[in-house]
Amino acid sequence: MSFQEIKGTLPAGSYYFSGNEAVAEGAIAAGCRYYAGYPITPSSEIMERIAVRFKEVGGVFMQMEDELASICSVIGAVWAGAKAMTATSGPGFSLMQEAIGYAAITETPLVVVDIQRAGPGTGQATRVGSGDYMQAKWGSHGDYQVIALSPWSVQEMYEHSIEAFNLAEQYRVPVFVMGEEAVAHLRERLEVQATVRVFNRVKKHGTPPFGTDSMDGVPPMPAFGEGERLLVTGSTHDEFGIRKTDDPRAHARLVERINNKILANRGKIANTESWYLDGAEVVVVAYGFTARSALFAVELLRKTGKRAGLLRLKTIWPFPEEAIRDVGRSARKVLVPEMNRGQILGEVMKYARCEVSGLNQTNGEIIHPQRIVREVEAVL
Amino acid sequence: MSVREYLRERFMPHLWCPGCGHGIIMNNLIRAIESLGIKKNDIVMVTGIGCSSRISGYLDFHTLHTLHGRALAFATGVKLARPELKIIVPMGDGDAIAIGGNHFIHAARRNIDITAIIMNNRVYGMTGGQFSPLSGYGTLATTAPYGNIYEAFDTVELARGAGASFVARTTTYHVRSMKEIIEKAIMHKGFSVVEILSQCPTYFGRKNKRGDAVEMLKYLKESTAPIGSERKRKNPALIERGIFVEEDRPEYCAEYEKIVEKAQKG
Ligand SMILES: Cc1ncc(C[n+]2csc(CCOP(=O)(O)OP(=O)(O)O)c2C)c(N)n1
Ligand code: SF4
Ligand SMILES: [Mg+2]
Repeated sequence: MSFQEIKGTLPAGSYYFSGNEAVAEGAIAAGCRYYAGYPITPSSEIMERIAVRFKEVGGVFMQMEDELASICSVIGAVWAGAKAMTATSGPGFSLMQEAIGYAAITETPLVVVDIQRAGPGTGQATRVGSGDYMQAKWGSHGDYQVIALSPWSVQEMYEHSIEAFNLAEQYRVPVFVMGEEAVAHLRERLEVQATVRVFNRVKKHGTPPFGTDSMDGVPPMPAFGEGERLLVTGSTHDEFGIRKTDDPRAHARLVERINNKILANRGKIANTESWYLDGAEVVVVAYGFTARSALFAVELLRKTGKRAGLLRLKTIWPFPEEAIRDVGRSARKVLVPEMNRGQILGEVMKYARCEVSGLNQTNGEIIHPQRIVREVEAVL
Repeated sequence: MSVREYLRERFMPHLWCPGCGHGIIMNNLIRAIESLGIKKNDIVMVTGIGCSSRISGYLDFHTLHTLHGRALAFATGVKLARPELKIIVPMGDGDAIAIGGNHFIHAARRNIDITAIIMNNRVYGMTGGQFSPLSGYGTLATTAPYGNIYEAFDTVELARGAGASFVARTTTYHVRSMKEIIEKAIMHKGFSVVEILSQCPTYFGRKNKRGDAVEMLKYLKESTAPIGSERKRKNPALIERGIFVEEDRPEYCAEYEKIVEKAQKG
């Protein structure tokens, strides 16, 4: 295991930060030393903070010509040995999708922070939305897996940012921090510890960088200039990186492994948080900023003796199937409030064997707790 | 070292058609690197997608075979994360100037220490003979069956205008000067561009009735002339070859380091 406890990059203590500042600080704490991005609302404060802070900690900050260049240069930096990231919002996230597929097939660990705004198209650039979750999962062509985290607070913007790097390095996979405009621009207290637990890339000389004996393993990852001459390609390849573009077995082997290495570890990766689930008849399943409204609503309901609970999804991909199954067994009804037309509702329906309904809002505003209260009361 | 030591011979035979100019470029690129004495481990070759881009598979450096048009963007990340490595980016004309045109001009503007080699066969070889931004007016292609009505970019002028500090053009006919130019480009501190006029007998040649590879090479000899030469003066239609720009200008990685130092001093 390559987990290590290292000294933090901010003095321990309390800070009053925006979500965007926190996510930038989390990345720095995790060891990110290459950032490339292109300005876009509501994510730009991330790159602005990195631009200042990287000069202090000795990282490379690049404002590139577009998001395509941003993520591609991030991949290049990662293969040169750096921990690297980019941040964007919907339109930029769309542009990055081809390179995300490239990162998936080349098993390049990287972090993308997507601060979601109200789409589609240019939509409402300064307003909130949660419309990028399905794109995060399916945005590039072909079969692959990613990890997507859904922070609900400034604290978690910081923590998920660190966690995203740890997961990326551990599983050699693109990891997304799916922030939303509301948490990105929210200012609240952030507690920073003196030390940070980080995962550093596993390097093993002489072992194949693109294959393992098992069908769900993660190979070690060397870097350019460190001795071994590497062959990295986005075409189908064998464990040494050698192109195998008309070998059916090589293709299946690679595709299955890059999927299995995430799915087989779903239990370890997928994270949820339970609130008032004991005896809950109606369970609200929520994520991101909406989970704040949901918790507020559930607490109001509990105060009036209503048996409501909340299951908060901290990880969206891989999907926490098991936790949803459990809730489906214990609750009479599940309600899924979302700032989109039901992207996660469909996933919940797949695994919850009870009545499931959505509460959807696409007006660029956060979902008010009272809406959730009314909806729950109607079915209780 | 011999040429063979730079090749990943286990990947031979290569995919290039008989008579393709890309092999000539690979040969001279190896010879240039060999005479410069750069270690294989100190070179990262980054390519995109195309017949030309497959060069990275055949060469025994660190190689990063990426996405169509994006090689320079990937290369920028590699260079900034490890400035001590030499970065060489061979690209097709479509790869570099159509889909990758934006990255090309911005890499030039940054004057980042990367060597870009444009293997210009005036066609999309890999996808079967569609026109490229360098095909030129009146040429025929599968997607210009009645004649192409686009003017071609002048790669040299484009690179110069965008700020590249080394810009040269040569052809697959002029192998000796090709090797020398590549050597200079690799040693140049800053963004260096070498456009190499090349031949695709399979598509550009056949479609445009340019004959076989030998005929096409002859054409490259006859249609070009050294910069400022007597032949060029007599016949202004000839395409000039040679080194157009070779200037000592602030390089991006060095500038970046200076800024970091300044910031850290506070
Ligand atoms: C995003 C994307 N669009 C299109 C393609 C298909 N494609 C592959 S190579 C190529 C053009 C190659 O032409 P050029 O860059 O001139 O290289 P050549 O094959 O002529 O050496 C195209 C269009 C692709 N791989 N990716
Ligand atoms: S199609 Fe053209 S460019 Fe491609 S290998 Fe054949 S001759 Fe070369
Ligand atoms: Mg071409």
